Amino acid sequence: MLAATALPPRFEQWFAARGWAPRPHQLAMVEKGRQGRDALLIAPTGGGKTLAGFLPSLIELSERAPRNTPAGVHTLYISPLKALAVDIERNLATPIREMGLNIVAESRTGDTGEARKQRQRLRPPDILLTTPEQLALFCAWEGAREYFADLSCVIIDEAHAIWPSKRGDLLSLGLARLQRFAPNMRRVGLSATVDDPDLVRRWLGVNLPDPPPLGKVSRSDGGGSEADLQQAPSGPSGHLPQEGRISHSVDLVLGQGGAQPIVEVLVSGGRVPWAGHTAEHAMAEIYEIIKGARTALVFVNTRFQAEFAFQELWKLNDDGLAIALHHGSLAAEQRRKVEAAMARGEIRAVVCTSTLDMGIDWGDVDLVIQLAAPKGASRMVQRIGRANHRLDEPSRAILAPANRFEFLECRAAADAILGGHLDGEPARIGALDVLAQHIMGCACSEPFAPTELYDEVRAAGPYADLSWEDFETVVDFVSTGGYALRTYDKFRRIVPGQDGLWRARNAQAVLAHRMNVGAIVSPAMINVRIGGGKRPMGGRKVGEAEEGFFEAMTPGDTFVFAGQVWRFNSLVGADAFVTPAPDKDPKMPSWGGSKFPLSTYLAGRVRAMMHDEREWPALPPDVQEWLNYQKVRSIIPDQDEMLLETFPHGKRFHLVCYPFEGRLAHTTLAMLLTRRLDRLGVGPLGFVANDYAVAIWSLKPMDQLDLDELFAQDMLGDDLEAWLDESFLMKRAFKACALISGLIERRHPGMEKSGRQVTFSTDLIYDVLRRHQPDHLLLRCARADAATGSLDVARLGDMLARIGGGRIRHAPLDHVSPFAVPIMLEIGRERAPGDAAGEMVLAEAEEDLIAEAMA
Amino acid sequence: MTQLAFQIGDCGGLRLEIAGTRAVLRHSGALWLEAERTMVVADLHFEKGSSYAARFGQMLPPYDTRETLDRLERELAALSPATLVFLGDSFHDGAGEDRLPEDDRMRIAALALGRRLVWAVGNHDEDGPRTLPGDVVDEAQLAGLTFRHEPLRGAQPGEVAGHLHPAAKVTSGRATVRRRCFVTDGARLVLPAFGAFTGGLNILDPAFAPLFGGPALAAALGPRRVHAVGWKSLRPD
Repeated sequence: MLAATALPPRFEQWFAARGWAPRPHQLAMVEKGRQGRDALLIAPTGGGKTLAGFLPSLIELSERAPRNTPAGVHTLYISPLKALAVDIERNLATPIREMGLNIVAESRTGDTGEARKQRQRLRPPDILLTTPEQLALFCAWEGAREYFADLSCVIIDEAHAIWPSKRGDLLSLGLARLQRFAPNMRRVGLSATVDDPDLVRRWLGVNLPDPPPLGKVSRSDGGGSEADLQQAPSGPSGHLPQEGRISHSVDLVLGQGGAQPIVEVLVSGGRVPWAGHTAEHAMAEIYEIIKGARTALVFVNTRFQAEFAFQELWKLNDDGLAIALHHGSLAAEQRRKVEAAMARGEIRAVVCTSTLDMGIDWGDVDLVIQLAAPKGASRMVQRIGRANHRLDEPSRAILAPANRFEFLECRAAADAILGGHLDGEPARIGALDVLAQHIMGCACSEPFAPTELYDEVRAAGPYADLSWEDFETVVDFVSTGGYALRTYDKFRRIVPGQDGLWRARNAQAVLAHRMNVGAIVSPAMINVRIGGGKRPMGGRKVGEAEEGFFEAMTPGDTFVFAGQVWRFNSLVGADAFVTPAPDKDPKMPSWGGSKFPLSTYLAGRVRAMMHDEREWPALPPDVQEWLNYQKVRSIIPDQDEMLLETFPHGKRFHLVCYPFEGRLAHTTLAMLLTRRLDRLGVGPLGFVANDYAVAIWSLKPMDQLDLDELFAQDMLGDDLEAWLDESFLMKRAFKACALISGLIERRHPGMEKSGRQVTFSTDLIYDVLRRHQPDHLLLRCARADAATGSLDVARLGDMLARIGGGRIRHAPLDHVSPFAVPIMLEIGRERAPGDAAGEMVLAEAEEDLIAEAMA
Repeated sequence: MTQLAFQIGDCGGLRLEIAGTRAVLRHSGALWLEAERTMVVADLHFEKGSSYAARFGQMLPPYDTRETLDRLERELAALSPATLVFLGDSFHDGAGEDRLPEDDRMRIAALALGRRLVWAVGNHDEDGPRTLPGDVVDEAQLAGLTFRHEPLRGAQPGEVAGHLHPAAKVTSGRATVRRRCFVTDGARLVLPAFGAFTGGLNILDPAFAPLFGGPALAAALGPRRVHAVGWKSLRPD
């Protein structure tokens, strides 16, 4: 044990009274606090991580001398979830009360009442618990500098969940701001296990130019009792960055690992189905497994899968087990009920989506079941961590694959978890629309000098490499919209003064900014309410569904929502009216596969497993048989090859290839291949893409094509640009960028015209801007977002490079191959979007009119 | 229910009669009265972008006026009308005319070369343009039709109006499209908004109910032609 980090007597006694000993990583964090060092603590759930983050602040606050003037905020705690901030407020109250500390800890979120917010502004609590969005609002306060002048520490909880996102960009800019207000402020990050801690450290820390090299950190194994500490020597400051080499200020503290989890892959009834996403075949066995567990979390990847699994389990639930449902579309009140019942130990199983991936402790969970493949090893580790919050006992997890490729994927995930391999994340480059929002916020708070703000922004990890030109472009965008036609110079939102400082134009501009803070853009939601008849009245709210969920429905259709079957009656404004239809068989919603793409790491393992025949005997018999048939009737490709099959089926010709790069990259590939095939005169008719493969069908055979030419990397050049500009993905990305950057407002003034809504869509803005200024900042942002988020272009590029130079293995066949069966079964469930399809819809409506006239 | 006779013409326009006058509904959103060589457009909302910048400090792209002019000039080149009627709300606000970039102002003035311009006034531009060529009127009569900005309630045979920005939403299978549209029952006609930044109001909105006795015909604008859409295919927003 480290003698220098011994706790003050009051704290020692409190630990002893609880029968606890402080853990090594908790003491290490106290030591970091005493040294004034930034620190990232990486520890599995259940290791007293949050307490480790707060201990240094509690000690410092308990030792402070009494003072005459009221103190400012000492410690700012930031969590990605509002509910978590409130939960931690409650958890902190216990040690503060039991040790008799004179410390005030309060939460402040979007839900906090106005009176409390006012009071917090006048009399700041010692510890303020809040969210990234509230921090962005603080940064836009007039007087923010004085308010945070005494700030000593910022704690970021669940850092792994925030950093690789626009929310993370905004938060890191906020941290850079706070550091200017309080130069001695320490940064503390708390994180679950991540593959590459250096990425999180770079995001969390103050970026210093010209770093000394970092030492290598070693991980303590499961039985180790001492935390490994690593200290990055503090680099010189005030230099210009050299050749993009950037260091950071953050020391790494690793908690000890828990017991090795027990992970099984379920082969229900000894078989794995050909295709599907729901694991319907395994439900009966899963029900039996739930019966044998105390409390089980059943994770699925989409809301549709959640509804489906919940229905199926209740059909089998002869024992009347308390099985609940939890996903993001349910009414908040309903979710709270489930959470409370969980905490009281009244629930045997919860079917849930990623909404329960992190955060609050849900009591006595002893089993995690993953229905359908987890798509990434890191996500699965996080989910397994939800079971059994005691480190000394192993967590138990069961993966239930829904089809044969998924079986391989589940096997790969289980191996990865046991081997401690996680999916890597690419380094994060800060988004410029987020920077625009931050710059406006700074101007709302106090006048700024561009050169100083530029230096401040580059201290934030994601913006370390920001060029002065891009910074200037963003400032001009914030001020005038950044248009080549300089007509708005007289309407600037921020204006430079005689002193060279920029400030917000007026109170209206400040108010507008405060109404639009944040980097979360969610699709518009429709309220699902109970009600029928011609003029339904506002009945009880069952939950919310994304805009578009009801678009394809006609009154009378039945669907599953919130675990029940409903009849859709009408859509009035933002309310969908429904009535219960318990006896009806629901008209099934179409299942998309997973909304998460398969991770690169797992894809590589699946390819290796498939290729290596020595691994086959360990697989279930029907999976073995499937691989053997594939070997005989087609080809098992080498690990670095891509298999491509061509065969006739029905009246069409098919091309199926197996890149294993995830659904997003595959959809992009299919779109681009289809364009090329169209130009080659092959007459492509349609395509379908899943996590493993792409299938394209056409009027003419495709087995004589020059495949290397077809898959040449230049498809990511002009072809991509041309397609992207017309694509609905770009329009969606543009809308998000326009909202975040403040170009359009979340609450649009002038939108409500005497009670009725005239929809003035961002699509119109996009179309006009694209034609008249295609290099505008927001179009650049939207292209970058679409390329990374919706299209996975980077991954597609890596794949094309990998298979270039003759590594496509072509199997010309005269019939469907065993590998092709799963994706062939998906054909007909998808429809390519686009202009042509829109015209078809209208043409059908016209036929409908003719029928109407003939009636 | 009234039986409407219509047909799709060569240029993708929809030919029908409005209160006995032969008309073509163009897929640009313009109305064409060939016998009178008169073209009619509604709700251009010039300078809507700069109006948001001036009033709210919201910097929407300032290119909407030239985008609208591009469309208008394409239609004029195709039809060479002798008369061009604007059905009101030609400018988004009264000061819009003063904010026009000089090159856009000259392009609007040039619309009057070789033809008569008629500016019906709307609620956004109550005084009509002050410095641009053409006649400013409250409403106009031509070929047995009455042209005004805001449609009057009740039966108004022969009325051609704008103001409501009609849009039709149509669903089939899994796909949904929402397009600007004309609405007519054969007796009266509401034009879609022509401006680049003008949104649409769903024609199932109660605002349309007092205008048409029964189900009307929606003519939705497509990229190459107009699509006649039956009332039963329409969906609310």
